[in-house]
Amino acid sequence: MSETSLFDEYGPMVGFDEMFADPVGGPLVRDEYQTINGAFRKMGDDEIRVRADALATSYLDQGVTFGVAGEERPFPLDIVPRVIEAADWKHVDLGVQQRIKALEAFLADVYGPGELFADGVVPRETVVTSPHYHRVVAGLEPANGVRVHVSGVDLIRDADGNFRVLEDNVRVPSGVSYVMTNRRALSAALPEVFADHRIRPVQQYSRILLQALRAAAPAGVSDPTVVVLTPGVYNSAYFEHTLLARTMGVELVEARDLVCQGGRVLMRTTRGLEPVHVIYRRIDDEFLDPAQFRPDSVLGVPGLITAARAGNVTISNAIGNGVADDKLLYTYVPDLIRYYLSEEPILQNVDTWRLGEADQREEVLDRLDELVLKPVDGSGGKGIVIGPAATTAELDELRGKIHADPRAWIAQPVISLSTVPTLVEQGIRPRHVDLRPFAVNAGDEVYVLPGGLTRVALPEGELIVNSSRGGGSKDTWVLADPFVDPNPLDEAEVEEPEKPRKEKVRPGKARSGVTQSQSQGDQSLGEPLQEQTQTFPEYSEPDFSGSHLSGPNPSGEVE
Amino acid sequence: MLSRIAESLFWIGRYLERADDTARILDVELQVLVEDPTIDEEHSCRQLLTVMGVEEYPSVVNRWTILDLLAHNPESPSSIAYVIDAARENARGARETLSTDMWAAINTMWRGLPSARAMRSADMFGWVRNRTAMIAGIADSTMTRDEGWQFFMLGRSIERVDMTARLLSTASLAAEAQLAWPTTLRACGAYEAFIRAYRGLEADRLAAEFLLLDRWFPRSVVSALVEAEKALATLEAGGQRTGGQRSGFSDEGLRLLGRARTELEYRPLAEIVYDLPTEMERLQRSCAAASEAVTTRYFSLAESRQWSEGALL
Repeated sequence: MSETSLFDEYGPMVGFDEMFADPVGGPLVRDEYQTINGAFRKMGDDEIRVRADALATSYLDQGVTFGVAGEERPFPLDIVPRVIEAADWKHVDLGVQQRIKALEAFLADVYGPGELFADGVVPRETVVTSPHYHRVVAGLEPANGVRVHVSGVDLIRDADGNFRVLEDNVRVPSGVSYVMTNRRALSAALPEVFADHRIRPVQQYSRILLQALRAAAPAGVSDPTVVVLTPGVYNSAYFEHTLLARTMGVELVEARDLVCQGGRVLMRTTRGLEPVHVIYRRIDDEFLDPAQFRPDSVLGVPGLITAARAGNVTISNAIGNGVADDKLLYTYVPDLIRYYLSEEPILQNVDTWRLGEADQREEVLDRLDELVLKPVDGSGGKGIVIGPAATTAELDELRGKIHADPRAWIAQPVISLSTVPTLVEQGIRPRHVDLRPFAVNAGDEVYVLPGGLTRVALPEGELIVNSSRGGGSKDTWVLADPFVDPNPLDEAEVEEPEKPRKEKVRPGKARSGVTQSQSQGDQSLGEPLQEQTQTFPEYSEPDFSGSHLSGPNPSGEVE
Repeated sequence: MLSRIAESLFWIGRYLERADDTARILDVELQVLVEDPTIDEEHSCRQLLTVMGVEEYPSVVNRWTILDLLAHNPESPSSIAYVIDAARENARGARETLSTDMWAAINTMWRGLPSARAMRSADMFGWVRNRTAMIAGIADSTMTRDEGWQFFMLGRSIERVDMTARLLSTASLAAEAQLAWPTTLRACGAYEAFIRAYRGLEADRLAAEFLLLDRWFPRSVVSALVEAEKALATLEAGGQRTGGQRSGFSDEGLRLLGRARTELEYRPLAEIVYDLPTEMERLQRSCAAASEAVTTRYFSLAESRQWSEGALL
């Protein structure tokens, strides 16, 4: 019946498979994958392989790479797309928006009045002892109230197929460029399959990002100059920096292109020094300003923080955001959502034990051999101990470390990530994936790009989907709901409609009345917002205003 | 435009032209070594190295040495391999300003280098010429004529003047070899154009004149100088808010190039050809000085790092 043998011997199946519902009783293909299933079977083995090769070559010639230890490597893109149904996506979309709003409110509170400490939601030490807490930005109100302009929330699907949050990235999340290049490459490789679906576009990302960055410009700047700040060509995400700068039509600057004078940031051009208003930086906090942080940083611009504090330049994402995506703080995010938004979390966390708390510690110490232990400060998999894979000696050592400093650890169950069919040497086989949707906060609305980066672990059974561990990626197709009008923001060419001035998503608490930060914020921020609306004279088509303003994002919930 | 990006584009232009010209020069040189039985290989190769800027090479020099030093050896700054790598490195740093096509073309060339080096030399040189021509074509049809384009053209033209000058000195130094001038013309891709222009009256003096002064042939020194001046004048005009210059030229680079060109154009040819190598060396020095002037005026902002200034505020 089928002309391809690549799906034969599909397995072994561990966890939730997104394409096949019941592999045991025969391959029962889920609805959203029916068309892809048909197309691949019709294509046949050779054709699939030929197209996969063409895909790989086109990526090499375009230089779609990431850097590992200074070497450029291609980032493999799998030929089988990942499909997410409209209803599932809506859940993710709302969940991510909710999370970002809560984290924005949290950051405004931490660097502002600190009411959450008084209310006992999160212990003060948990926040201020974080290495990412920077007192230097305390009291610094961002121009339009936004600190998390761009975020990437890492999601996985558990054994029942439910999306859960693995971690939040609100500092400098990367990977969105692959979302855009993957789409372009895959639509060239599988045009007929593509045409049979209604897939929500992703190329509008740059435009939405640019709008958000312009909206974040300091008060009184009518035509802000936005730049992307990169550490340079040897950075692993350099490809992405160039892509974003190119598609936004802004300059990609390195630290040596910038200079601070009189509390302003200027860039060196062939016509002399020109002012910069918004810096979308892709450099970590600690390297941004050698005058404030690490004096040995050559990636930074001395005086940048002074300029930001003077309100002459907006740094995006804001400095000090790292307190919000800390592993320990992660365990409090559901509480933050309830505290700030008076809502129940839409997306669940992965179950996590805080070892700083005695009863939780007891339970974990009993079950060390079946859990994953993560150091709170470690990043990128550093110091993680996977219980089932560890030796007795390692576990004893770990036990000692936990007793010595219990607050430095969290524990999670071993999570089985969902699988998606992936072309490997033996054929098409299940491989574990995660998902990083990207969200852009322009101040009045959090826009979640329909798609996001699906990373896939190519070795069999591998659960870590990191690109430095031989990971690849997949194009992620979010299907459009046929009964809902398309989101006008998805349209690549549609300009922003003129909208009535409305309240921004302002951090604030739902339980008590108007907080101090809120009333102050709105006073000082009212002007610049109005200013902003005037800066987009070209966005004057009123026709689109209805549909997305009445969308599922009433921004008034803060009041 | 950022000074750093402008500088990258300038050097991409230079490196690509250098790769092209080096391939042409080597191609012809190797052919001559094969075809001319009377030639002194050691002497001729050494001369080529000197002209190409490789100082004092200690051991024996033969065709394999020049192939290594000028084509294959990625460590040798005069080699094609080195130059392609440098062009690509610059393009990587300026990637967001290049058109996608342009970047892909440069990147593809760089990726093809290892396999090109495994080819027979003549094929490799052909490959280099084709690739650089393709990149030039793509640049021509996809780059907007903004400052970036002017810097790219400026780099390319200055390099072309410089390389043609080197080529002319090689030819005049090897004047006793009967094949020198036809060879030089062929290296510039000018042989047919020359024959047609002078109706087959081949003579050293005429060939030199053609390569130096022909206004119609795009690889001649004067044509390239005119191109470079055009680019500089456009940049100058773009930068100036007030009306045109009343007298003289305020831009040092423009002045240097203009003087070099007029010296070639308005002096008697015999005077120039009398001691061509010295003349050509002067021309190269003018190019270097002009390049220096452009750097000072447009790029040097990128170099200096002012640490204290902002930090003290």
